Amino acid sequence: MDSALLIHRLHFAFTVTFHYLFPQLTMGLALLIVWLKTIAYRRNDPVYHQAARFWAKIFGINFVLGVVTGIPMEFQFGTNWSHFSRFAGGVIGQTLAMEGMFAFFLESAFLGLFLYGEKRLSPKAHWLSSIAVFVGSWLSGYFIIATDAFMQHPVGYFTSPDGSAQLSSFWQLVLNPWAWWQYAHNMSGAAITGAFVMAAIGAFYLLWGKWTDHARLFVKTGVIAGCIFSILQLFPTGDGQGKMVATHQPATLAAMEGLFQGQAAAPVVLMGQPDVPRAKIDNPLQVPGMLSMLTYRRWNAHVKGLDAFPKEDWPDNIPLLYFSYHIMVGLGTIFIAVMIVSAFLLFRGRLYHAKWMLWILMLSAPFPYIANTAGWMTAELGRQPWLVYGLMRTQDGYSKMVSAGNGMFTLLGFMGMYMVLGILFLFLVYREIEAGPAGHIEPAGQLEEAN
Amino acid sequence: MATIWFWIVGVMVTAYVVLDGFDLGAGAIYLAVAKTDEERRKVLRAIGPVWDGNEVWLLAAGGTLYFAFPQLYASSFSGFYLPLMMVLWLLMLRAIGIEFRAHVRHPVWQNFFDVVFSVSSILLAIFFGAALGNVIRGVPLDATGYFFEPLWTNFRLSAEPGILDWYTVLIGVMALVTLTAHGSLYVAVKTDEDLGRRARGVALLCWPLQFFLTCIGLVATYFIRPEVMTNYGKYMGIGLLVPILVFGSLGVMLWANPKGKEKLAFIASSLYITGMLVGAAFALYPVVLPARDRQYSLTIYNTAAGAHGLSVGFVWWTLGAILAVAYFVFIYRMFRGKVQLGEGHY
Repeated sequence: MDSALLIHRLHFAFTVTFHYLFPQLTMGLALLIVWLKTIAYRRNDPVYHQAARFWAKIFGINFVLGVVTGIPMEFQFGTNWSHFSRFAGGVIGQTLAMEGMFAFFLESAFLGLFLYGEKRLSPKAHWLSSIAVFVGSWLSGYFIIATDAFMQHPVGYFTSPDGSAQLSSFWQLVLNPWAWWQYAHNMSGAAITGAFVMAAIGAFYLLWGKWTDHARLFVKTGVIAGCIFSILQLFPTGDGQGKMVATHQPATLAAMEGLFQGQAAAPVVLMGQPDVPRAKIDNPLQVPGMLSMLTYRRWNAHVKGLDAFPKEDWPDNIPLLYFSYHIMVGLGTIFIAVMIVSAFLLFRGRLYHAKWMLWILMLSAPFPYIANTAGWMTAELGRQPWLVYGLMRTQDGYSKMVSAGNGMFTLLGFMGMYMVLGILFLFLVYREIEAGPAGHIEPAGQLEEAN
Repeated sequence: MATIWFWIVGVMVTAYVVLDGFDLGAGAIYLAVAKTDEERRKVLRAIGPVWDGNEVWLLAAGGTLYFAFPQLYASSFSGFYLPLMMVLWLLMLRAIGIEFRAHVRHPVWQNFFDVVFSVSSILLAIFFGAALGNVIRGVPLDATGYFFEPLWTNFRLSAEPGILDWYTVLIGVMALVTLTAHGSLYVAVKTDEDLGRRARGVALLCWPLQFFLTCIGLVATYFIRPEVMTNYGKYMGIGLLVPILVFGSLGVMLWANPKGKEKLAFIASSLYITGMLVGAAFALYPVVLPARDRQYSLTIYNTAAGAHGLSVGFVWWTLGAILAVAYFVFIYRMFRGKVQLGEGHY
């Protein structure tokens, strides 16, 4: 592999992976905060008010990290992927610019009001500002997904004489069917992260024996939301997304599933290691016929394997794609199990005293991050070797004028910078968690004083 | 249509510089005028609710540039690769300085974050000025429509220029002085007592320097690119407005500040920045990125997106801009007046 291509791919992959650790919590928490805030506003319940304020503080720290790591993403389309931008900018410039005009302005303006304005605003206006932040962050998600959907499944464009793609239909671009499924699946994934984090902090307080009123509220909210979204993640959103891949990217499906030879009654491989040169799975543990069933709803349907496609159209890192996909699905299944058991205990009134389950909930918090990351890796590695599926190959899209050395320099710079950011983030969030939700004097004073 | 988008992007960049300019400027004078922790928190609180929203103008302007002139976005962003990456790092450091200072209530670390915030603000002001200088001076574009500039070569205007040469450094310093005055006036509007007085003093000190650099900068620009005068000659009416706006607002700044009319002086400073940027855009039009070798210059005609995309975009952009302005008016009204401690985050 040409080393400049590798560096530019790593550059984007590293910065976007780190970036997305934050928006997934932003979008998930935004939904849950609106929920807490709505009940707080309607019942004027102090525990709900304090809960909303506590999560707003975590949200605020998380949001700043999301913004500062997000700006480089927009820049990199031009800096590191200029040939791609020249090719596709006439189309995806639409969705990216709309994100700025509709989502960012809304989000940033009302976040300021939501975080600093509780005293100046009426309770209703403050409640509305939390809704505006939620709408802004979820809109932002849609525009990004619509951009990615164009790269996965290009629609609404024509090729102009100079070779670039230009917009032919705005509505086709914005209402890309791929975007609908991907958005539903992605947002449900973000809500799972929010739910698990909320439940984990509630579980931590219950195990610690502090702020138990708030803790119960966190656990209850997290488990109910976690249960709903874990199930939605599998069906219908995961299933719908999978069908999109099966229909439009059959080579990707074969690589994700590790299906080297096309066959009737194709199995789902639960575990095993892909051996690409020998075109087989080592140590397979599989369910016969399951892949045919999931893809075509028939046990003996024929599913195309990688052998049906020319080698230059195979995703270029099949093992990583395969493992990303399997980690995502495996964790998703575990999430459903954890949340259904928790919901059952909650319903029976035993969850708050079931220490073993609280430990599980507390220690589960990192895993939705891994699952969401693995999901995005599945989507983007699966798109390879294409940058825009079927139209432009990845090797043709990077900035030819930016040498590998310059790319390496800034990649290392970002690694150093993000390490510092990551440490600061964990430190600050842990301090907030330790300080607790019940109106302490420390540090971000105004929210309590407003009470 | 491409002409409309040229001016839309121009207006958005101007809005960004006027808005984020005052919080960059506030950062530049921060260590000098705000001595105590209380004063520093006041400065931060004055920009606290708005700096993030101001930075969104950079993102929105970038997004709009990408949408309307993809070829320009591709060429300029890859060509200015290194300085843009450094701008990103500085923006990050600055956000860390502002936000984390508020969370880590420890005197040692607060001093550290104060320096991070102030130094990154100063460097950003210089970088943005140098970027403008590069665009006016021209870059080594070739027939492919791409270029790459190292950070510096020999600081002369040679065939292989760097990002930094004597001209771009001059414009960078001019930007720093301009934004320092701009930020000082904003701080003077938002605060009172010693802090407000000191901020006003800084703005007064900046004035002669700003006037001097404006004159030098304009002469130097004419010296290195005489064709900047072409449009001024062609459209005398508009051409005359720009210098009147620039020197008129400088005059108002000189007059209003000592009289205690900081608000008027701040508005004049905003108009000065607007005049300078609009004047530069007017001089360039229809070129968007001049090449050192003129035949390869990028213009609105060879960089714009397809006509259908531009027309569709005009519809949603207008809607989005109305909403954005509405939010901004609302936010600035909510947080109007002098800052009080004890009700904010910083």
